[in-house]
Amino acid sequence: MRAILTVFIKEFRENLRDKRTLLSALILGPLFGPLLFASALSLSIERGAAKSDRPVALAVSHADRAPNLLAFLHQYGVDVQPVTFDDAGARSSIREHRQTVVLLITADFGKQLTDGEPAPLLLYADSSDSTNARNLSRVKVLLEQYSVLISRLRITARGIDPLVLSPIVVQSVDVATPAGRSVVFLGTLSYLILLTMLMGGMYLAIDTTAGERERGSLEALLTVPVKREQLIYGKIMATCAYMTLSLSLTVTAFAIALQFVGLEQFGMTVNFGPFVALKIIAFCWPLVPVGAALMTIVAAFTRSYREAQTYLGLVLLVPTLPLVFAGMLGLRPTAPLMAVPSLSQHFLITSLLRDEPISAVYFALSVIATLAVGAVLMLIAGRLYDREALLG
Amino acid sequence: MIEAGNLQKSFGKVTAVRDVSLRAQDGKITGLLGPNGAGKSTTLRILYTVLKPDAGDALIDGVSAIRDPLEARRHMGVLSHGAGIYPNLTARENILYFGALHGLPPADRATRAAELIGLLEMEEFADRIAKGFSQGQRIKTALARAIIHRPRNVLLDEPTNGLDVMAVRTLRKLLLRLREEGHCLLFSSHVMQEVGVLCDEVVVIAHGTVVASGTPDDLRTRTGESNLEDAFMHLIGTGEGLG
Repeated sequence: MRAILTVFIKEFRENLRDKRTLLSALILGPLFGPLLFASALSLSIERGAAKSDRPVALAVSHADRAPNLLAFLHQYGVDVQPVTFDDAGARSSIREHRQTVVLLITADFGKQLTDGEPAPLLLYADSSDSTNARNLSRVKVLLEQYSVLISRLRITARGIDPLVLSPIVVQSVDVATPAGRSVVFLGTLSYLILLTMLMGGMYLAIDTTAGERERGSLEALLTVPVKREQLIYGKIMATCAYMTLSLSLTVTAFAIALQFVGLEQFGMTVNFGPFVALKIIAFCWPLVPVGAALMTIVAAFTRSYREAQTYLGLVLLVPTLPLVFAGMLGLRPTAPLMAVPSLSQHFLITSLLRDEPISAVYFALSVIATLAVGAVLMLIAGRLYDREALLG
Repeated sequence: MIEAGNLQKSFGKVTAVRDVSLRAQDGKITGLLGPNGAGKSTTLRILYTVLKPDAGDALIDGVSAIRDPLEARRHMGVLSHGAGIYPNLTARENILYFGALHGLPPADRATRAAELIGLLEMEEFADRIAKGFSQGQRIKTALARAIIHRPRNVLLDEPTNGLDVMAVRTLRKLLLRLREEGHCLLFSSHVMQEVGVLCDEVVVIAHGTVVASGTPDDLRTRTGESNLEDAFMHLIGTGEGLG
């Protein structure tokens, strides 16, 4: 045990002096990740909010031919821009992106309307341009409403109850919870937390194994009267320590950064406070030994630092795979799934942020199953470190 | 005292060590001489317990390096090939780390490290981060690290390989000093002059087998050659390049 501690302290201290390890474990991942995430999120929220508030812009050609229609549109917040286009002019203005939606009032409009015949309006837009889809549909709906309004007036003028025009009334009831909309957000959040946590230990896992061999100090280390598995346990512990630091910093940074994002628009608990942050760290921690042992095993059997970096890049993806599948298949927590490391952490974080109750059984399952996988991986690492192939 | 009997070791189909027996005595420098690929390093690595032989046994002060490697390691200090040290630790920290791994109590290893730093004339750089050390500084650090636990036996694998003239001289002085103190020194080399100057005993290895052993004078007499290099060529067969 003393030897494990000796190795742990040495690796921890030595890497504390390594700029690259520090940068990736304690600065880049934990601080930039949340910062980037929060700013991207608040940008998208702001843009969403700004769009729905913005008045609909509509270019109207020959507005003087339909003053009542124009008044109606104006009343519903349409920003009318008078233009004088013929058919060709309207088409080219849209093709050249000078206008997004153009309403052309035909010369016969007024006369046909008075005669009680269908009065033609021409609405020009580019359906392949998705950015003005909202504008276009808003204008269509308003024109439809105007048409209904006139037909009711006509029916009423003929002494008939306008209700006969509405034989059916359909009311849609939306039962989606606001939190449901944040699925993508939540998936990304737990993904980023787990990824940053793993990255925090990556350089250490490489440095203590492939790095040690490349520097030529491994053989000397193997000649001290300490069992090889104890050496590797010490190294894995140091990797765990950096991952824990990285995890704590990331979650703290998320907690702070998300305070500045209008999360209530997602219908989520804005309460990503200290207590929630601590819980997230506790949920994720059992995954630390799993990641550390896995990365150490892979790094110990690569031939060089560079090769280790390449393989560990792939290993970083392994714990994130269950999250991707969960996202695609829309998985919900069940007892067997709560025994899957990384997936169970994702479910726990998601439930916590959604303010859903967390079953004690699920929590225990997640912790025990993940720690068990970690213990098995540690044993495998110890066994593998005893092999001569280690020397490369 | 290091004794090895009938060591054998193969890696897959390649036989690195066919049959090596040797004896290195206390107070003497024993050289393991042979061309590249002859099995010197493999023999040493078996002796310092990093590799397990397929057959044969090795005793370090009477302790089997194969059956009780942990105990055998307490009796030897190892300067492995390349002598890599930790670049982000100071020289002293490098030495202390191995002292701790050897189980020396903190006060004891601090005293011993200070003693070695004095002995190896390392005061000037002892508390500097090892990154950027010269070869001489590195070899001193690695050697101090290897003997922090006062082992009687010291094994060195091609210690002068890649060292400049100054570093080689430093190392040579250190080895002679350790011999005076009664240590048993065993080192491998393919450099003739080095072996001729330093060694009391020479073990010549070729193709994984010991082809001759004795003092440098013995070898010269036995082969009828007047210089060691010719004696060596005679022993290993002229077809063998020195690579």
